[in-house]
Amino acid sequence: MPLLDLATDAMIAAIRVGTPLLLATLGEIYAERSGVLNLGVEGMMLTGALAGFVTTLWTGSPVLGLLAGAGAGGLMALIHAFLSISLRANQIVSGLALTMFGIGLTGVLGRRFVGIQLARRFYPIIIPGLSEIPVIGPLFSSNAMVYLSLALAVLLWFVLFKTKLGIEIRAVGENPAAADALGVNVYLIRYLCVTIGGVLAGIGGAFLPLGKPLSWTENMTAGLGWIAIAITIFAMWRPGRAIFGSYLFGAMLWLAYRLQPYFASNILNMAPYVLTIIVLLLGTREILRKRIGAPSALSIPYRRGER
Amino acid sequence: MKVVIKQNPSPSVLANVIAFMGSLGAALLVAALILWSQGVDPLHAYARIFIGAFGSFYGWSETLTKAIPLMLCGLGLAVAFRSSFWNIGAEGQLLLGATAATGIALFVPIAGPSLLLLMILAGFLAGAAWGLLPAIFKGKLGANEVITTLMMNYIAMEIVKYLVTGPWKGATQFGFPYTDRFPSAAQLPVLAGTRVHYPTLVIGFALAVLLYVILRRTKLGYKIRVIGDNPHAAQYAGISYTRTILAVMIISGGLAGIAGVGEVAGVRHLLTTPEQISQGYGFTAIIVAWIAMRNPLAVIASSIFMGGLLVGGDVFQTSLGLPFQTINVFNGLILFFLIVGQIFVNYKISLRGEE
Amino acid sequence: MEPAEPVLEMKGITKEFPGVLANDHIDFDLRQGEIHGLLGENGAGKTTLMNILYGIYQPDEGEMWVRGKKVTIRSPKDAIELGIGMVHQHFKLAYPLTVLENVVLGSPVPFFSPLREAEKRINELAEKYKLQVNPRAKIWQLSAGERQRVEIIKALYRGATILILDEPTSVLTDREIADFFTVLRGMAKKNCAIVLITHKLAEVMALSNRVTVLQLGKVIQSVQTQKTSQPELAKAMVGRDVIFRLIRVPAEKGKAVLDVKDLCAYNDKGLPCLKNISFAVHEGEIFGIAGVAGNGQRELVEVITGMRRATHGKIFISGKDMTNCQTRKIAEIGVAHIPEERIDMGIVPNMSVAENLILTHQPIGSGGFLDYKHITRNADKLISDYKIATPSVQTPVKLLSGGNIQKLIVARETSVEPRLLLASHPTYGLDVSATEQIRRLLLKQRAQHTAILLVSEDLEEIMMLSDRIAVMYEGAIMGVMDAERAKSEELGLMMGGVKP
Repeated sequence: MPLLDLATDAMIAAIRVGTPLLLATLGEIYAERSGVLNLGVEGMMLTGALAGFVTTLWTGSPVLGLLAGAGAGGLMALIHAFLSISLRANQIVSGLALTMFGIGLTGVLGRRFVGIQLARRFYPIIIPGLSEIPVIGPLFSSNAMVYLSLALAVLLWFVLFKTKLGIEIRAVGENPAAADALGVNVYLIRYLCVTIGGVLAGIGGAFLPLGKPLSWTENMTAGLGWIAIAITIFAMWRPGRAIFGSYLFGAMLWLAYRLQPYFASNILNMAPYVLTIIVLLLGTREILRKRIGAPSALSIPYRRGER
Repeated sequence: MKVVIKQNPSPSVLANVIAFMGSLGAALLVAALILWSQGVDPLHAYARIFIGAFGSFYGWSETLTKAIPLMLCGLGLAVAFRSSFWNIGAEGQLLLGATAATGIALFVPIAGPSLLLLMILAGFLAGAAWGLLPAIFKGKLGANEVITTLMMNYIAMEIVKYLVTGPWKGATQFGFPYTDRFPSAAQLPVLAGTRVHYPTLVIGFALAVLLYVILRRTKLGYKIRVIGDNPHAAQYAGISYTRTILAVMIISGGLAGIAGVGEVAGVRHLLTTPEQISQGYGFTAIIVAWIAMRNPLAVIASSIFMGGLLVGGDVFQTSLGLPFQTINVFNGLILFFLIVGQIFVNYKISLRGEE
Repeated sequence: MEPAEPVLEMKGITKEFPGVLANDHIDFDLRQGEIHGLLGENGAGKTTLMNILYGIYQPDEGEMWVRGKKVTIRSPKDAIELGIGMVHQHFKLAYPLTVLENVVLGSPVPFFSPLREAEKRINELAEKYKLQVNPRAKIWQLSAGERQRVEIIKALYRGATILILDEPTSVLTDREIADFFTVLRGMAKKNCAIVLITHKLAEVMALSNRVTVLQLGKVIQSVQTQKTSQPELAKAMVGRDVIFRLIRVPAEKGKAVLDVKDLCAYNDKGLPCLKNISFAVHEGEIFGIAGVAGNGQRELVEVITGMRRATHGKIFISGKDMTNCQTRKIAEIGVAHIPEERIDMGIVPNMSVAENLILTHQPIGSGGFLDYKHITRNADKLISDYKIATPSVQTPVKLLSGGNIQKLIVARETSVEPRLLLASHPTYGLDVSATEQIRRLLLKQRAQHTAILLVSEDLEEIMMLSDRIAVMYEGAIMGVMDAERAKSEELGLMMGGVKP
C-alpha cells in the first residue's frame, strides 16, 4: 500500500527530524515568552551535539551525553543572557555572534571525531499494540529521547500555563514594568528562561549524533536551529502547537528530499519559511495580535524606571 | 552585588578605536587558546594568515576578491542599520541578485558591454525587490524585520537550488547542479593574474563615497539618521517612516544584489548551489558593518580586514589542517567582544554592593 | 456623625526635588470608612504625597502613623504589608493574561494550581464590593471600567484596606463613572478608607466625606465636603494672591489664522477625547488653553499638527482646510510646534545642535542636498540670538541641559517666522531664568503677529501670557474669556468641570 507506506515513512522522518526541532523550539519559546530573542539557537544546538557525542564516546553513556549537551547549550545561553539582560546589548547581534562562534568552535574541536562510530545508543522502546497502528505506529516504537521530548513538551506547557512561574514568565514578556511593580524579579526570570532555551537547544542538538548516524559530522544541524526559530512563531509561542509544528516541518523537509526525483521539491523546503512569514504577518493584525502575536516586550531590553 | 550601568554620553572617536583594538585583541586571545588546545601554535597560525592574506600579491588579490561582496553587502547593511532596520537578509538579497544576473547572462542574447550593464542593473533590482518586501511588511504592518529578512534568506536559497537542479541546469554540466558557463560577454573582467573583478570593486568604492555623502549631506540621509535615532522625532517632524524605510531597503537589498552579480559574473561565471556562491557573505557583512560603526567609508577598511580573515579560512584549510569553519570562531569572537567593548565605551560600568 | 478612628495620619510631610518643593509640611489624615478627596492642580503635590504614602518616595521630613502605629514606608512592598493599595492612573496589566493571572502576579500563591484558592478569594472580594468581573476573561477583552476593577481587586487581594485612587475616572465613560461611584460608596461602607486624587469638583462633591485642597505643595484647606461648595474649592485650588502680568502691548488682533470647528477625535484607548471643539486664534494673540492634563489638550495639538486623525469637524489654517493633512504639509504652510515631550519627540539625541536646529524645516540646496553652509550659519545665528549654551554647533544635542534643549526647540520653531505657533508646556521643568527667557520669546512672537496657541498646566503662566483663555475639561471647552477679565476662581471652577 504505497500511500500508507509513504505516510508511515513520513511519520518516522517527522519524528526523527522533529524531535531535535521540538526541543530547540520549546527552549526558544521560553526565551521569547520572557521577552528575549535568542538567535544563538543554531550555535547552541551544535555545541550541544558535539558535547553530547564526545561525552557518550568517552563515557559510554548516552544519558551523560545528553547532560553534557544540556550543559554546553546552557553555558552559551548564559553568555547571551548576560549580554542581553545585564548589559542590555543588541540581542540580535549577540545571538548571531554566538551562532557563528558555535559553528566555528564545533568545526575546530570536532574534526578529530569525524567518522567515529558510537557503540552505545538509545534503543527503541517498543510499546506493544500501539506500535502496530499504521502511520502513527512508529511513534510508539521510538527511542527514549523521543518520549522525553514529548514529555518535556507537556511539562513545559503545564508550567507555562498552569503554574505560578508560568504566569510570571508571560507577564515579564508582555509588560515587564507591571511585573516589576508587583515585585517580580524581571532579570531573574529572563535569565532563567534564556538558560532553559540554551539547555533545551543543547539537548536537541545532542539528539542528532546519538540518533541514526551515531557519528559526528561538521555542521550537523544544518540550519535546524533557524527552523526552530521559525517554528516558535508558527506555533504562536505555544508548546502544544510546537509539537505539531516540529513534526509538520520535519515531515515537510523529509518529503521534499524524498520527492526530489519526481518533482521540484524546493517548494516544500520553502514552505516552513513561507508559513512562518504568513503567521507573523497575521499576528500583526490588531484583532489577532492578542491571541497569536508575539510577546509585546520581545527583544526590548528592560530598564527599571524607564517610562 | 549589582552591575550598575550609567551612560557616558560622548565617547570620543579615539575611545571607539581603542575599544575596537581591545575587542580584536581579546578575540585573538581566546581564539589562540582554542587553537593551542588543538595542538596548533597560535602565533604561527596568525602569522600564516597574515602573510597569506596580506603578504603577497596573490594574497592581496584573494583578499580583495573576498572583500568585494563584503564591501557591497556591508555598505547596504551600514545604511540599513543606520535607520535601525535590522536587515539579516543580505544573504538572500545577494542570491536573488545573482539569479537575476544569471537569467540575463544565459537567456538575453546581447553582445558587448551592455550585457554586463544589464546584468548589474537586473541584479540591483532583484536584490532591491527582495529587500523591499520585508520593508513593506514592517512599514505597513509592523512585522518584525529580523524574522522576515531571516526567513527570506532560506526562501531565496531554495529558489536558487530549484533553478540549478531544474530548469537552468546546464546541458554541459554532466548532471551536476550548475548552470552552463556564462558567455564571455557576461563575464566581468578581472585584474591580470587575479580573480579580482574590478568593475564591481570600483562600484564598491564609488558607492562607499556616494553613500557617505548621501548619509551626511542629503535630505534622504538626514531622514534615515533621524528615523534610526528617534522615530518619535521623525513623526513629529513629518518624516514618513514607511517611505524612508522603503528607500533604505532598496539601497540595502540592491547593493547585496550587485554583490551577487559580482560573484556569478566575476568569480564563478555560472550559477550553482547557494553555499558555493556565497560563503556566508551576507552574514559576515553584518560584522563588517558593525566594525565600521555604520560609516560607509570605514566599511572599505573593515571589508578588506574581514576579507583577509576569510582568506585565512583557506589558509586554515590548506596549511594548518583545520576546517574552513574555523574562521567562524574568529567571526563570532570579534563580534562578541565588539559588542562588549562598545558597552564599555558607551557606558560606565561599575559594581556596587547592595544599597 | 461622629468622626471615626483615623487609620492614617501624615504630619509635616515635606519633600523637595531639585528646584521644587513638592510637599511643604503637609498634614493629612484618613478615617475608617471615609472617602477623602485630594484636590489640586497639576504640580500641587497630591501625587507626590501619595507616592510617599505608597513607598515610592521617602519624605525629607515628617512622620506617618498607620492605625496608631508609627511607620516608615521604604518601598511599595512595605506599603502593601501595611494594607495600603494604590490604583495608578495608567494601568499596569499584562493584556493576554487573564484577570486571575494578573491579580495573583507576584503574590505568594502555590506553585501548582496557583489560581484555585485565589479564584475563590477573588470571587468573594468581587461579591463583597460589587466589583463584577469575569475572572477568566483576558484583559484585552475587557473595557476600561472592567480593567480598573481588576486593578482595584489587585489591591484588595493583597489585603488593602486603605486605597489610593489616582484620577480614576479619567479613563471611564459616563456610564462607567456612575457604576464606579456606586462601587466606591459601597467600599467605604464596608470600612475601606479611600483617598481619591482628582481635579474634578463635581466628583469631589458627590463622593467625598472630606476634601483636602493642595496648592503649590501646601494644604490650603481641609474641610468636610458638606460644609463647602464648588466655588469655594475652586478658589482654594487656584486662587493666588498675586498674579503679575508681564508688561505687554495690547493685542493688535488681526484675522483668524487658526479656525477650529466642531472637532472630534478619539484617544489611544479608543474613547472620544475631543467633543465638538470650536475656537479661533488670531494673528498677534496668544490663546491659552488651561486645564488639568489629560482632558484632551495633548490630543488637540496632535490633531492640529496632523499626528492624529480628526473623526469629525474641520481645521482651517490661514483659510485653507488642513483637516487630516500630513504633518509635513501643515508645517510647510507656516505652522510651528513646540512639543510637550521635548526629549522624546523634539530632538534627535545623537545628532548635532546644528542638525537639530533644522529638524522641522530642512533647507534644501539643489538635487536633494542639504545646504550645510546655511545650516551652520543658521546654527551660529540661533545660538547667539537665543543664548543657547553649547560648546559648539557640532555637539551632540543630548549633552545639553534641559533648559538649553528647550531653548533650541523654541529657537528652531520661532526662527522660521511661523504664522501659527503651537506651544505645549513650553516651560515645564525649566529653571527660573530659562522660563523667563522663553516667555519673553513667546511675547516677542506675538508682537510679530504670529498666532500662538499656548497649552500649559501652569495656570499662572496662562494668565500671565494669554490674551484670551479657554478651559478644556473632558474634551470640551468649558468657556472662553478675555484674560484681563478672567478671575482665577472662575477658571478653577471650569477646570474642575463646572460650567459658569
